[in-house]
Amino acid sequence: MLDTDDWSLEEIETVLDQTRAMVEILSRPIRRAPALRGRTVILFFAEVSTRTRVSFELAAKALSADVVNITATGSSVEKGESLLDTVRTLQALGGDVVVMRHSSSGAPYFVAQRTESAVINAGDGWHAHPTQGLLDAYTLRDALGELGGKRVVIVGDILHSRVARSDINTLVPLGARVTLSGPPTLVPAAWRCGQLPAGVTYEPLLDRALDGADAVIALRLQRERQESGLLPSLREYSRVWGLSLDRVGRMRPGAPVMHPGPMNEGIEIDAAVAHGSRSLIETQVTNGVAVRMALLYLLAGASTPSGVPAAAAPLEERG
Amino acid sequence: MRTWLTVPILLGAPPPLTTGPARPGRERQTTTLLSRDDVRRAITRIAHEIVERERDLSLLAIVGIRARGDALASRIREAIRANEGVDLPLGAIDITLYRDDLTRIGYAPVVRESEIPFSVDDRVVVLVDDVLFTGRTVRAAMDALVDYGRPRAIRLAVLVDRGHRELPIRADFVGKNIPTSPEDDVRVHLTEVDGRDDVEVAVRERV
Repeated sequence: MLDTDDWSLEEIETVLDQTRAMVEILSRPIRRAPALRGRTVILFFAEVSTRTRVSFELAAKALSADVVNITATGSSVEKGESLLDTVRTLQALGGDVVVMRHSSSGAPYFVAQRTESAVINAGDGWHAHPTQGLLDAYTLRDALGELGGKRVVIVGDILHSRVARSDINTLVPLGARVTLSGPPTLVPAAWRCGQLPAGVTYEPLLDRALDGADAVIALRLQRERQESGLLPSLREYSRVWGLSLDRVGRMRPGAPVMHPGPMNEGIEIDAAVAHGSRSLIETQVTNGVAVRMALLYLLAGASTPSGVPAAAAPLEERG
Repeated sequence: MRTWLTVPILLGAPPPLTTGPARPGRERQTTTLLSRDDVRRAITRIAHEIVERERDLSLLAIVGIRARGDALASRIREAIRANEGVDLPLGAIDITLYRDDLTRIGYAPVVRESEIPFSVDDRVVVLVDDVLFTGRTVRAAMDALVDYGRPRAIRLAVLVDRGHRELPIRADFVGKNIPTSPEDDVRVHLTEVDGRDDVEVAVRERV
């Protein structure tokens, strides 16, 4: 599960349907089902992350899998172990599923080609964060009903955002129209100039993008973007691109506000919006566990790892 | 590169929870064992038996095992309402994640949502399924049910008991006992799922 960019509508719908069943499990007094008993899920996070890692850990445990955590700090990666060596170790340890986050785009592909375990991309560089895209789609569909014809605004640092890309990959096939908005320096040049994927538009004025919208997703602004000269100041960003109560009021009444977290309150989103009645931010966190349960179940629930017809050829053939 | 490591996803009903590989042999003949009226009478009788056995109706709840047990559960509840004027709490449970053969069937069957909109604590829960065969489905359903709380008791109602148990499980309320050979297929059809009401058995040729 490396990216959702080539998923069919049927595949997306299957995962979202399974997610609904998992949400119900999480509402039980005993939030645990035995489906992955005896399976091992390795969480390999080479980039800092709290919520995604904890979310995957809770998801794996809710399905009774054993969980092993490997982080870059405090592991041999710090001693200079290469990614390939780490992969060989993971392979020898025999995890059924490797969940990985890496700061280099494409790193999960590298790992997936060299291991027989199923690999789930938990965020790679600027490229993709497919479980976030799926959980945002689930959360939006739960709040709005069918997404056909609905207009979703994504605002912020589009250029460096794997969340924006993964949201587009799941929301557009479900029928939503996506309006991107953000500082021109933080939007890919081709997209700024009109070379946009189907179903996506770019609106440089946030107020105009929000007029009558059905939902908005604010992206996290990395503070280092200012240091690298892409932004004049955080204050200016907050004034022009921050979600204030006034701004979100331009959307359809009750239209929800989402954020993948962690939030910079007061920069891309005001506290009053983040914790207001429109906010689905906490719901996103809960649904995130359910989406990840659904994926772990679909990847490891039934067959043994060797029985999973991996897209890549077996190890020895690749040398 | 195709990135969705295509796990074959079964879009439909999971296979019955039985042992071993697909049963061998060509289908020889299909016989109807229960007609539409037989199914109706069996459900009415089960409803009466449940009420006779459990005097305190306020403790009762009915939970069907998906996909046909929930339809039967709903009909039993209707029958009790018609006879006694009592609305019993109704639930549906999906046992997919509790199957003991998940590692054997080679793909991940679709999990459907369970709905238990009441507390099972201290209730007498009547589990309802269409066919009682190996008992493995019922074992899975009991495991799932106790994750919701601690029922005072769990009873079992089935439309058809076809024998060949592999676990120490028996039904409290049975629509019809049907002696079968383990290779036979017993097929329950209900209007809610299949568009018609009947029970058929397909006898297979021994190989």
